[in-house]
Amino acid sequence: MDFNFLGGTIVQLLGGVPLLLQLAAFSIIAGAPFAVLLALARLSGNPLFDWPARGYVFVFRGTPLLVQIFLIYYGLGQFPDIRESLAWPFLRQPYWCAMLALTLNTAAYSSEIIRSGILSVPFGQIEAARACGMSRGLVFRRIVVPQGLRVALPAYGNEIILMTRATALASVITLMEVTGIASKIVAETFRAIEVFVCAGAIYLAINFAISRGIALLERRLSPQLRDPARPPALAKLAH
Amino acid sequence: MAEPAVPAVPAVSVRNLHKRFSGLEVLKGISLDAHEGDVISILGASGSGKSTLLRCINLLEIPEQGEIAIDGETIGLRTRGDGRREPIDRTQVDRMRTQLGMVFQNFNLWSHMTVIENVIEAPVHVQRRPRADALREGEALLAKVGIAEKRDAYPAHLSGGQQQRAAIARALAMRPRVLLFDEPTSALDPELVGEVLRVMVALAAEGRTMLVVTHEMAFAREVSNRVIFLNQGVIEEQGTPADVFDAPKSDRLRQFLSSQPRR
Repeated sequence: MDFNFLGGTIVQLLGGVPLLLQLAAFSIIAGAPFAVLLALARLSGNPLFDWPARGYVFVFRGTPLLVQIFLIYYGLGQFPDIRESLAWPFLRQPYWCAMLALTLNTAAYSSEIIRSGILSVPFGQIEAARACGMSRGLVFRRIVVPQGLRVALPAYGNEIILMTRATALASVITLMEVTGIASKIVAETFRAIEVFVCAGAIYLAINFAISRGIALLERRLSPQLRDPARPPALAKLAH
Repeated sequence: MAEPAVPAVPAVSVRNLHKRFSGLEVLKGISLDAHEGDVISILGASGSGKSTLLRCINLLEIPEQGEIAIDGETIGLRTRGDGRREPIDRTQVDRMRTQLGMVFQNFNLWSHMTVIENVIEAPVHVQRRPRADALREGEALLAKVGIAEKRDAYPAHLSGGQQQRAAIARALAMRPRVLLFDEPTSALDPELVGEVLRVMVALAAEGRTMLVVTHEMAFAREVSNRVIFLNQGVIEEQGTPADVFDAPKSDRLRQFLSSQPRR
């Protein structure tokens, strides 16, 4: 095995990590408030909000992210209105097109995760909060969010990991993140296996760190489930 | 019915309450007054509307017709375009709800908070009292209902009886004018019913104003000063426990009483 080549490849690939992290972090952070709005629209019971949100989720979950990236990168420039708009200086750059596609995509998935979290809160507890004179906002903030977050967190952690991997698709619109750099090295050296194994290892390391972070957060958010006297969940099923 | 001199303004006053659930009329014109210090037991077969009546008083259900007044202040309701009613001013409803401590059949403690956090939640976040005061008062209330040592436990780690006593402490923490109990012992194992009833008896002895939907005939007979028997959405009979239990006038009440297990 050519350790010199592997080492050099890893160093080159690491140069793409900042861009990878930017893409993932931006889309997740920008997608979250949008996802909350979509989830609230779905739960509003008002068809005026509910149906557009349903349609949005249907479209963005039902089409490949790669197609969405292509449509935004190649498609938006077809419209004169967009070319003349204030957003054009951003939308002409592949960087912002990738950001936009990833953000819109993760918002659709996350909204369903958030919706399920909100729905998981027992209605009796919400009623008890109302009976104590809590306003709707207070009920949401004090009762629904802390419990819904806990329920949604494992699925949301999945989504964060999915987004981190999905940033690889940005390479198809010329962005030189880890996968983009890897493709370039392969084109120059024809050593596909070694290069992509290195790239895979980098993704693995990043996602390992993310999943540990999520697990830690999960533990912090659910003190009521943390009882030394309680056996792990699966052990209870065995009885 | 000879009552002692009562204050002019009832703590809770309900006039001509009607409530319908998808066409089914559950309450058909209920009126009642609860004065300071009254302990009123509301009896009735399942489906008679007794829980709905209680839930209308703090507007967890909104009646199609009728008025509710707390301490003489009528809760403002208006009719929407679709014929249903809604509060004119939600802040008025929220304020009145702090005057009506509610205890539910299924406790409904907030599972992500410890017992003491449950108890101080409304005082701190709704009534905006200083946290230190709320804590001191909350601890005293937990001692009063006999679960001081469970202060930092989560609801999932308590027995049903302990959870219900915590829920009573939570209701008391708002310093409400009136306590509403919705079948507080119905979800409990029989051996845990006593500990909750003892707390309720003690509250009644303090002179608290209480409206209690219950199947506990002994409680209704011995603790309450007035008993209301609901049948098919109307008040079929009411009076002192002696009137209702020893001299029932209607066939329905006689049937109901004879179907109750003796304790």
